[in-house]
Amino acid sequence: MARAREPLNFAEQLERLEEIVRRLEGEELDLDAALKLFEEGVERLRQARERLTAAEAQVKQVLADQAGNVRVEDLDG
Amino acid sequence: MAEILDLFAGVSPEGAWTVTQVTRRARAVVEAGLAPLWVRGEVSGFKAWQSGHWYFGLRDRTAQLRCVMFQKDNRRLPAPPADGMQVFVFARPTLWEEKGEFRLTVLDLLSTEAGGLWQVAFEKAKAALTKDGLLDPARKRRLPRYPRRIAVVTSPDGAALRDIIAVTTRRWPVAELLVVPTRVQGDGAEGEIRGALALVTRLQGLDLVIIGRGGGSREDLWTFNHERVARAVAALPVPVISAVGHETDVTLCDLVADLRAPTPSAAAEAATPDAAEVLVDLDHLGARLARGLAARSGRVAERLDRGFDRLTGVLERRLERHRQALAGLAGRLDALSPLRILERGYALARDEQGRVLKRVAQFPPALPFRLRVTDGTVAARVMES
Repeated sequence: MARAREPLNFAEQLERLEEIVRRLEGEELDLDAALKLFEEGVERLRQARERLTAAEAQVKQVLADQAGNVRVEDLDG
Repeated sequence: MAEILDLFAGVSPEGAWTVTQVTRRARAVVEAGLAPLWVRGEVSGFKAWQSGHWYFGLRDRTAQLRCVMFQKDNRRLPAPPADGMQVFVFARPTLWEEKGEFRLTVLDLLSTEAGGLWQVAFEKAKAALTKDGLLDPARKRRLPRYPRRIAVVTSPDGAALRDIIAVTTRRWPVAELLVVPTRVQGDGAEGEIRGALALVTRLQGLDLVIIGRGGGSREDLWTFNHERVARAVAALPVPVISAVGHETDVTLCDLVADLRAPTPSAAAEAATPDAAEVLVDLDHLGARLARGLAARSGRVAERLDRGFDRLTGVLERRLERHRQALAGLAGRLDALSPLRILERGYALARDEQGRVLKRVAQFPPALPFRLRVTDGTVAARVMES
């Protein structure tokens, strides 16, 4: 499915981040694995923060054309 | 004045009126003499025709009136009245010329049942939804914590949409609002809303739906009480927030939704987290992340320590063995020590300079010397030989 290749959305990103924190806090990991997780966590944290501060909510309009196809376009105003 | 002449004309067979003239005249008299008015009575012989027009009688104990309510007037009503129902009708008295029948053209109809026809229709649809389990609280889904795609089914130019956009933009920049425009009241609104909901089911990656409208009269809200609209809302594949009714008027759409919000703004607030709060949560996660790694590396250091401990343990045990071996050796050496000999009762004589005196010749008369015995030294002197 095409969606699987999409970058993680915010919810998935945060879920993954929480999972990383839980594993770091709970599991028996060797230092190497812990470091890898930590690095991934820091990167996800950075991305999540960026999405929250840099992004702006988008507003679009959904219409059906005569053939019944769904069309999504920017909403004016 | 021609009509007055007409009246005179009818008094003799020569001036006889046609049937049409009479009914037309009668109709004019009735309509001129009885302005549209409210009438109260009991419905009987109700029949809805294919054309959509309703025909029924209105009666009390002693009299009866024929009534018609045309489709263009009755389509605003939620349900037809039932026989035996006490109703008020607002009607224009007239005469139906084709049948020469006096009747009321009904423009509006109110039931005297509790809540009226609206309530009757509402309860009927609600019962049908309940029977199918659509109002079961266990059906309510949890809203997503961090929604991205949110479909908004509402009027494209209403305050409801403006409010939803404003609140969402302020709170949750991650959101992508997909507005699915539809009329929310008036003729044909029901079909449009169902069309909009059908469109919603075809949107990819949708997290949440908000369906709403601004305030309105009970009649304005009626579209959202249609059983088919409610069923379409219940069938949506993702959680739905409904912001349709008021405090006092809950619609069926509100009842089947996963969450009911009092206003469109409140719906948008319920739909989205506050980005400022999520940033604080992120800070906490970041702190836990750092602590997690610190604890983890701490644990690794501990394990290294334990490794050292084991190593030194081995070394110590080995040293201990050496120590014991040494002690054994020391014991054997000890046996050879002169002190051990003294212990057995021997004594060692030394002169003042510490030289050991072994022979008689070394003991001239009156020589002071020292005797080392096992527990100390005794001062001594050679007596006269």
